[in-house]
Amino acid sequence: MITEQEVIGLNGDEAVAYAAKQCKVDVVAAYPITPQTIIVEKFSEYVANGEVETEFITVESEHSALSACVGASAVGARVFTATAANGLALMHEIVYVASGLRLPIVMVVVNRALSSPINIHCDHGDSMAERDAGWIQIYTEDAQEAYDTVIQGFRIAEDERVLLPVMVMLDGFFISHTLQNVFVLPDETVKKFVGEKRNVPEIEIMGKRVKLKLDPSFPLTIGPLALYDYYHEIKRGQAEAINSSMEIIKKVHDEYSRVSGRKYGDGVLDSYKLEDAEIAIVCIGSAAGTVKSVVNEVREEGLKAGCLRIRVFRPFPADEIRRILSGIPVIGVLDRSLSFGGMGGPLQYEIKVSMYDEPKRPLIMNYAYGLGGRDLPPGTVKKIFYELNKLKGKQKPKETFKFIDVRE
Amino acid sequence: MNGLIEAGVTHPLDKYLRREMIPHIWCTGCGNGVLLNCFIRALRELNLDMDKIVVVSGIGCIGRISGYVNLDSFHTTHGRPIAFATGVKLANPELQVVVISGDGDLFAIGGNHFIHAARRNMDLLVICANNFNYGMTGGQYGPTTPLTARTMTSPYGNIEHPFNLVHLAWASGAVYVARWTAVHVTRLTESIKKALGKKGFRFIEVITPCPEIYGRYNRMGNALEIMKWLRENSVIQHFTDPSKVDIEIGRKIVVGEFVDKEKPVFTDLIADLKRKVKDRLEAESKRTLTKI
Repeated sequence: MITEQEVIGLNGDEAVAYAAKQCKVDVVAAYPITPQTIIVEKFSEYVANGEVETEFITVESEHSALSACVGASAVGARVFTATAANGLALMHEIVYVASGLRLPIVMVVVNRALSSPINIHCDHGDSMAERDAGWIQIYTEDAQEAYDTVIQGFRIAEDERVLLPVMVMLDGFFISHTLQNVFVLPDETVKKFVGEKRNVPEIEIMGKRVKLKLDPSFPLTIGPLALYDYYHEIKRGQAEAINSSMEIIKKVHDEYSRVSGRKYGDGVLDSYKLEDAEIAIVCIGSAAGTVKSVVNEVREEGLKAGCLRIRVFRPFPADEIRRILSGIPVIGVLDRSLSFGGMGGPLQYEIKVSMYDEPKRPLIMNYAYGLGGRDLPPGTVKKIFYELNKLKGKQKPKETFKFIDVRE
Repeated sequence: MNGLIEAGVTHPLDKYLRREMIPHIWCTGCGNGVLLNCFIRALRELNLDMDKIVVVSGIGCIGRISGYVNLDSFHTTHGRPIAFATGVKLANPELQVVVISGDGDLFAIGGNHFIHAARRNMDLLVICANNFNYGMTGGQYGPTTPLTARTMTSPYGNIEHPFNLVHLAWASGAVYVARWTAVHVTRLTESIKKALGKKGFRFIEVITPCPEIYGRYNRMGNALEIMKWLRENSVIQHFTDPSKVDIEIGRKIVVGEFVDKEKPVFTDLIADLKRKVKDRLEAESKRTLTKI
């Protein structure tokens, strides 16, 4: 049954803070960085006003922030943090520790370009650099989805079959600082959905059932050496865990949509007018809103256009993508980050690999857009759709990767 | 301002600034402008070779200073200006390397670099603009926020004890330590001149008003009132015991020079060591050759 909901004006950051508050997190450790700052700022207000019982740790760097989160999560706490760009880069060492230890931390990354040069605006270079780190990565399209995804994030991360940290992305400034009418669930509903306390699973050790957490009543060591004797197996286990989390992500999304009435595609991929499409743009994040509106525009002009937004980037939904995109002859992939020295942007790699086994491979173009916060205006998207349309039935052009809206 | 440039109007300090970058981004009444002014005045009065000075800054409001000075400069990542500056100094020991950064940058995320550069007596001048909070991100409390002070993240008062930066610099081994405020313009300029004339790890703390953020949270009045408050609430006590000059609400801020001593400098020690090792290797190779 869909719950009655209140509508409040929140920007993306405030929506995230509101969700974290409702999820009754035990510990938040964070360090200020634009454009994430509002999240922890808002959360510190909840703490100061006694609206939450969270231990709020203001540390001296992002490295310490995620380290404190790892410590708290290891004793069984529900833990939340948020960062951006250079802050995430500084956390890098601990990003791998969190996933290696299978700690269900939820971290929001407000996407911002990495230095140098110093830039505070949006691109996806920061979270793309962590794509191989073993975290579930979910990219959102607006403040509403950011709110919903944080709540889903705790359920996914803490599921006994998953036990992995979850990174929720929202585009810096485009989502983080833009006010939106956000539907919020009642506190009770969220509490029921995520559970009042984190459910720490039990493991069998030395013939005893014990909780998998640091507890003096049954001392465990977390994070010791595993060399060539066990490291390989542990990493394989981690790889299997993230791959099999796909089903749980979908299930949690479905269950949530039954409570909230909101759906984001199937929870993994959000396709828009692709059923009869001959050309399609694949993208992630807030750009999808613009692309979808241009789809409507160019459809009126006779183009059979569609849009596929990748919501879950890790684990990567290759099979579903193959099913959805097969039969579409020309595809344009929009990348808001680069892989220097590579053959295009990171999203394009994933799409190309997914389509490799298709008997009839589509023509895939790749566009680098919006680096360092440069806007993606509808006119540019329209230009891309017309370019894709022209390529129907043509030979693959010499250059399939290009920078758009860039000074020569 | 641009009109003035077109009209050919110049100021004696113009050559030290990138005029196309002015006006700066700092708020009215912020002490960062005062600090910049004192720094370039010191350079002018000493008539130092501008090609031999490098300014390194970190992240935060004062970090923008590296874009304003018409010198070789380096705007680095959060907390790391001292580490970058160490690299600059070691690669070219001829250069006078000056780090100008904020309290959050130098003492929170970059605290480790500060204590270790001071410990090894790295030949750097570090000037810290201390505004008691993270101004650029909206006023969160940090490692210098006084106990009970209000900030964005401590609306009911800060419960963490702050660093006494003078004491920290002294304990870490700095050879020159001074503290001034944005109203001690002449003394700060003289202090920067003195520090530029010394070798080794030199540290100057500059208490900087933050009228728009820290000032508002703590109801300190407008920019002028904060300047007045600083003048009335600071007291010059040279060479006071560094452990006794904590900054506490309700107590006068002790300013002055606290350390001024000499100690072998890292860059000299490493040059000596290189010379010694080279001489020994040369002597050894001569001996080997004689034996053959």
